[in-house]
Amino acid sequence: MSAPVLIGYFEHEAQVLDATRAVREAGHDLRDVYTPYAVHGLDAAMGLKPSRLTWVCFGAGLLGCTLALSLQLYTSVVSWPLNVGGKPFNSFPAFIPVTFELTVLFAALSTVAAFLVRARLFPGNKRQTLPRVTDDRFAIVIAPSQSPESLEAAEDLLRRHGAVAMDLREVAP
Amino acid sequence: MSQQHLSPLRVPLVTEPRTLGQLTEEICAPMERAPTWKWWAAFAMAVSVLGTGAGIVAYQVGTGIGVWGLNKTIGWAFDITNFVFWVGIGHAGTLISAILFLFRQKWRTSINRAAEAMTLFAVMCAALFPVIHMGRPWLAFWVLPYPNTRGSLWVNFRSPLLWDVFAISTYFTVSAVFWYVGLIPDLATVRDRLKAGVKKAVFKVLSLGWTGSHRTWSRYETVYLLLAGLATPLVLSVHTIVSMDFATSVIPGWHTTIFPPYFVAGAVFSGFAMVLTLMIITRVVLGYEHLITLRHLENMTKVIIVTGGIVSLAYATEFFIAWYSGNPYERFAFMNRAFGPYAWAYWIMVTCNVVSPHLFWFKKIRTSPVAIFALSLVINVGMWFERFVIIVTSLHRDFLPSSWSMYTPTMVEVGTFIGTFGLFFTLFLLFVRVLPIISIGEVKSVLGFARSPHEHAEAHPPTHQAPERDVSTEPASPRLHPPLAIATRKDVPV
Repeated sequence: MSAPVLIGYFEHEAQVLDATRAVREAGHDLRDVYTPYAVHGLDAAMGLKPSRLTWVCFGAGLLGCTLALSLQLYTSVVSWPLNVGGKPFNSFPAFIPVTFELTVLFAALSTVAAFLVRARLFPGNKRQTLPRVTDDRFAIVIAPSQSPESLEAAEDLLRRHGAVAMDLREVAP
Repeated sequence: MSQQHLSPLRVPLVTEPRTLGQLTEEICAPMERAPTWKWWAAFAMAVSVLGTGAGIVAYQVGTGIGVWGLNKTIGWAFDITNFVFWVGIGHAGTLISAILFLFRQKWRTSINRAAEAMTLFAVMCAALFPVIHMGRPWLAFWVLPYPNTRGSLWVNFRSPLLWDVFAISTYFTVSAVFWYVGLIPDLATVRDRLKAGVKKAVFKVLSLGWTGSHRTWSRYETVYLLLAGLATPLVLSVHTIVSMDFATSVIPGWHTTIFPPYFVAGAVFSGFAMVLTLMIITRVVLGYEHLITLRHLENMTKVIIVTGGIVSLAYATEFFIAWYSGNPYERFAFMNRAFGPYAWAYWIMVTCNVVSPHLFWFKKIRTSPVAIFALSLVINVGMWFERFVIIVTSLHRDFLPSSWSMYTPTMVEVGTFIGTFGLFFTLFLLFVRVLPIISIGEVKSVLGFARSPHEHAEAHPPTHQAPERDVSTEPASPRLHPPLAIATRKDVPV
């Protein structure tokens, strides 16, 4: 990316929501919006699809459930069956608590791991943060387009929606 | 504004007008100023209690757990009482962060971080007891099912004690992960405030390169929701399984199907009491009365009324069923509880858990931090006695009158219990110093809650004086007190 990205800074949630909607409607290439907290309604404004992490959670839960049941069946029925008062080796109801716990454990850890991988969050990350976006500012980042007119139009649009500062930056996102 | 659909009758969650920046400043302030002598005094006390406790544990591990007051009749007493006590306390954190999140109770935002931290510390304290009880704690890993050279002798998956291992370790892991995920955005906020240095480097690593990108926020919200959904049944399962340690036995007084819901309600009851104990001190010491407001305290007391009611109902049901069952042993166990040699413990329990929560029906008491604080301590004492009563009175007069016996804890057992308070408070005091104790990101998202969108444009300047404010733009809530000054790292000597 040689051309710099356009960054508009905002001070209020309402402005950034409107501006995001307008940027998308005007057909600019919206790269991302940076916010100090999860702004509700921004998903729709940015046109983000619902995350697929729910499937990871479901799959991992299923895996945890299966592994837990298999482990208990193997140890109690196959590997070392113990006859306790003539009760069945496969005492299935007694296996449910551990199965439940392992289902939750697998689902939770895998979901978080998948999230960290997908969002590329890891220790030693070199990514730069825009000034004050983790504190009290919102930033809209628009990817560069070929024509300088469209860049100007985007700048104008952001300003009309109440951008308090503008920046052109050459950054790898 | 996304909050515009709210009824005008809603009261703002953050009672003072604040800008986003002021909020960051306020919540980060305790981490950025030097601790005062008060903190050092509290910390020194906590650490010395912890140290004493560690010494006592070393002594009993070296000597053997024969130094406890247990005997042939009472094989379980102080140790498991304290285990259940701490696990119970550990229930409020996840309840606040997960269940209230699913119910969209936005007031949870300013207390969930600290409550979750409290949960983790309480579970750590709880986990110590069974490990010490093993006698050879370095062999604690034997409770895990792993292929071994003893013929691959497996753990007994039919035992509730093993279920406990899985329940507690899963609960601790998931709570810790949930807590950390909630912390990531705030760690980034702290990182961006710090000048270069060791501290910045540490926060850089911990915040994992969080940039505040909304694409990430969007996924983050999904993950948070999923974790809340997973943690909700988890928190209910943990105390259910703890109760099964007793309920699956054949001891009269333990062998009851009512135990799981009864224990879960009791856990939430005691957990909220402990959250109140800690939060009432914290909000005053750190000047967070506008973030952890009277309304938060009031809401928690309402949860206490409900769970206290469930616990009372459980006591009554147990007694009724003991009589109704016609089982003489069951009847005897309960009569012995209420009128036997441990009647004093039983009546302390009833006074603290059944009677005292009803004081919260009075609005005056519900809105007085001092009264709530006192009652929260009373409830904690009551819940400790509940476990003591269930465990010791059920065991001390069993089926054979010739083996009837009494139990008195030894100094070693008492010392170990007090030592866990040292651990708990040491960790909590450190937490208050090194991490943002209120979720900055979440409180920011409710800052505009029930406020007009224009209001935060003129949020108040960072001065000590209460500025004159235009009353007509105020929402319906009448302001009785002058606005609080912003607690920055300079102006509050804490």
